[in-house]
Amino acid sequence: MRISSDLDLVRAREQGRVLAGQLGFTQSDLTLVATAISELARNIVRYARRGEIVLRQAEDGGVPGIVIIARDEGPGIPDVNRAMEPGYSTAGGLGLGLPGVRRIMDKFEIVSEVNRGTVVTVTKWKR
Amino acid sequence: MAVPILKQGSFLIASIQSALTDTDLVQLRDALVGQVGSYRSRGVIVDVTALDVLDSFASRTLRDLAHMVRLRGAETVIVGIQPEVAFTMVRLGLTLEGVATALDLEEGLFYLDQKLRSTQQEG
Repeated sequence: MRISSDLDLVRAREQGRVLAGQLGFTQSDLTLVATAISELARNIVRYARRGEIVLRQAEDGGVPGIVIIARDEGPGIPDVNRAMEPGYSTAGGLGLGLPGVRRIMDKFEIVSEVNRGTVVTVTKWKR
Repeated sequence: MAVPILKQGSFLIASIQSALTDTDLVQLRDALVGQVGSYRSRGVIVDVTALDVLDSFASRTLRDLAHMVRLRGAETVIVGIQPEVAFTMVRLGLTLEGVATALDLEEGLFYLDQKLRSTQQEG
């Protein structure tokens, strides 16, 4: 899914909700997934202007999960460790974006390179 | 998509009907902050029952809305936060600090009525 406007953001979280629903996630977890997508997609629009969100199904020992990949070719994050600290923000946001997403997902990976872009990959398993 | 704003007595009621973009939400904030003046409203209710996501941006915008409305001399109450949404907000640490909330529209109206009554008594 291409992400370049706040309308794309709404669409992306709806698609995430649909996929997680098909995998049998609980109502609470559907909301967690949709909210994580919302935060990741907003970071794309805000910092990189455009990028993409890819949603994938995953499986671990028979347990289904959803993988959300948020990818952009934006400015990148100079200090990823600092960006993961609660309260950190460079665009006047709440600074809860990435640490918050890590808290509500089961697995969180971030690769970022200055002037090359950022890829955030998160996974939520069905409970 | 613009959110309809109803005027009921000295209150404004914004009833969100579907998912909102960030732009829609900011427009709603500005419309309410403006209309508090044009209608001389004493209270604002924002019904978010239809929202299935309240992320950091939405929380901050609602908090800003409530604080801006208070600076204009009126009170805001957010009503209808769904259980799953509340769960997610707590996990994310989004507390809507300093913002009044109520279960639904009815409770929100009750809250504002009480609030206005107590202000009148104080005055």
